[in-house]
Amino acid sequence: MTTTVPTDMFQQSTEELISGSEAIAIACALADVDVITAYPIRPYDTVMQYVSKLKADGAFDCDFIVAESEHSQFEIVKHASAVGARTFCGSSGVGWFYAFEAITVTAGLRMPVVAMVGNRALDDPGAFGVEHNDAMAVRDLGWHLYWVATAQEAMDIALLAWRVAEDRNVLLPFAISCDGSFLTHSQAIVQVPTREQVNRYLPGYNRHELQLHPDNPITVAPQVNEDWLMEIRRQTDEAMRRAVGVIYEAYDEFKEVFGRGDPSPFIEEYMTEDAEIILVGMGTLAMPTRVAVRRMREQGKKVGFVRVKFFRPFAVEEVQNALRGAKGIAVIDRDYSYGSPSFGGVLFHELRSTLYPLPERPLMLNFIAGLGGREVMVRDVNEMVETIEKALETGKIEQETTWINVRE
Amino acid sequence: MTTLMTATDLPQVRGVKNIPVEEFYSSGHRTCQGCESALVMRLMIKAAGPRTIVLGSTGCMYVANTTYYSTPWVVPWMHTQLGSSGSAATGTAAGLASMMRKGKMNQEPINVIAFCGDGGGVDMGLSAISAALQHDEYNLLILCYDNESYANTDIQVSGSSPWGANSTFSPPGKVHRIMNSRWKKNTAPMLAAGHPDVRYIATACGSYGLDFNNKIRRALTIGGPTFIHSIDPCPKGWDYDPKYSHELGMLAIETGLWVQYEIIDGELILNGPSRSIAKGIRRRKPIEDYLSRQGRFAHFTPDDIAHFQQRVDDSWEKWWMPGVIPFTMSQD
Repeated sequence: MTTTVPTDMFQQSTEELISGSEAIAIACALADVDVITAYPIRPYDTVMQYVSKLKADGAFDCDFIVAESEHSQFEIVKHASAVGARTFCGSSGVGWFYAFEAITVTAGLRMPVVAMVGNRALDDPGAFGVEHNDAMAVRDLGWHLYWVATAQEAMDIALLAWRVAEDRNVLLPFAISCDGSFLTHSQAIVQVPTREQVNRYLPGYNRHELQLHPDNPITVAPQVNEDWLMEIRRQTDEAMRRAVGVIYEAYDEFKEVFGRGDPSPFIEEYMTEDAEIILVGMGTLAMPTRVAVRRMREQGKKVGFVRVKFFRPFAVEEVQNALRGAKGIAVIDRDYSYGSPSFGGVLFHELRSTLYPLPERPLMLNFIAGLGGREVMVRDVNEMVETIEKALETGKIEQETTWINVRE
Repeated sequence: MTTLMTATDLPQVRGVKNIPVEEFYSSGHRTCQGCESALVMRLMIKAAGPRTIVLGSTGCMYVANTTYYSTPWVVPWMHTQLGSSGSAATGTAAGLASMMRKGKMNQEPINVIAFCGDGGGVDMGLSAISAALQHDEYNLLILCYDNESYANTDIQVSGSSPWGANSTFSPPGKVHRIMNSRWKKNTAPMLAAGHPDVRYIATACGSYGLDFNNKIRRALTIGGPTFIHSIDPCPKGWDYDPKYSHELGMLAIETGLWVQYEIIDGELILNGPSRSIAKGIRRRKPIEDYLSRQGRFAHFTPDDIAHFQQRVDDSWEKWWMPGVIPFTMSQD
């Protein structure tokens, strides 16, 4: 595998045709990450192929460790983080699940590890394509969870990830979710910033009195039991609450230093003004959805789209404000939650919970789409809008959850 | 190839009076009376000294040692997951190495020791330990304190428990007297054979304090990843009066069941009683002397004891390397 970026890079800002994986690998080099651990599983592992090549070519200096399992991969960076090293790792699908014990304790220990999840369907049966259930599994554990939609966003959010995760007021790990293939392997034009810009944006990682070092002989994670666990859980909860403010701050700084970014770090709104029907989704299905929305607008339909970027922390007020006034909300889930309320997807439940306090609640339908990497197409989005139009017209919901483009 | 920077202030010690007086594992733990593993912790960190980071995987030496607001560790200490001693050592050593190389941290030798019990090391953590032992660019020591059961969770059988031992997962019953039919895993030689670049692998026992001290120091100063497997009598799991811990450790070796050795740069050196036995200076004590002292073997019949004795005899008489390598070379 060859990298498209020369090794004397980062002196000047450049434009490169690269994949989401390569964008994150370059972000690792720009952020001067100290310890990176790899283990092969498709599709995330492309990032590690690029990282190893960047290291081999001398583009940056890191300890690049090929672990013997995903569990070790995440444990190694967790411990490297404890002594003060900046870290990166990642996984996909069942690999992410294999590491789950380590993933859980990383948040429990408040280690600001940054990980890329190349979203992949969970086994069995085997499938390489994207589903969001792998990354979703950490939603309750204290990980930041962000879904990117473009290679540029992958790079930008990676840089933001260390800035937020390592913030003294946060110290929580950060998962960057990238749709398998659509994001990990698809190339797009990406603006690569200079090292000077990144250095200006990203301070060094400093654990201060939390650093494990002979000069600071602390005992980390002794057994607490019922005496103290609840207080410690509460501290993590407070850190996640503080993360909201830190994300706004870090995003504003990002826009200032790099000169790009959306109005909000948490959501992207597309043609939502005066929209009567708003679609909500995450990740790369944003592209066909935007195209469908634009075409429907051309036909005079008042349709819009909201892309949820941060799934954790979830920006309730921003989502409420974006959706307030719409009559119908169509939530597109690239995931499933068997046996859950309405047999719906995970995002749907979050949206319901978010909109419940509104004085006027919209009609809500859920669409399960694009599982296992099946493409979500413009006509699928049209079908969703037609379904919700019909429900709004008749005032009757035939079924709350519909599986889209699936053989019966 | 990176140059490894190891501690220079950890000489081999002759005579027990030369063992440091300072304690880095002090009061604050609540291990059982007679706990040999607690002694192993104390000897380990006494030998390693204050410029050491200790990583402890889940097990007795986590739960009984470190309770919130009460720690016996004078050195920096961090919990790691049950199967993660190898990864914890690797990650800590890698983090230190990376930051020192890049000028983000002062350059100095810092010892990294990760410990695990037999459950965490011999069973669950074996693959991570194996991986750690392949990283010859890092200085680290993995110490497996083997009390021959999952002693923290109620004494359940592990891959390192002796044949036939009574445990809460292998209780002798009316129909099945022997519920654990597995022979103890031969861990240290497996790791030595499988990782020929590792410069130091040893077995040890807290009953021999000076030997233990020197083994820890050798492991920390030789350079690269190292492994020590220690046999730790456990009053609770083995079911004996706590005052006999030391004696049982010695008996395990004097009966030839446990063999004390170091493998330094590919050369095996037998230590203490194991050396005398191999040289024919000392006769092995009958295994019954060892088994009959422990409640976990109380259900053994004379046939069971004979079987156990036969297995120990075979390991000394039929194995390629007595008590170490359990196969022979074909004469063809």
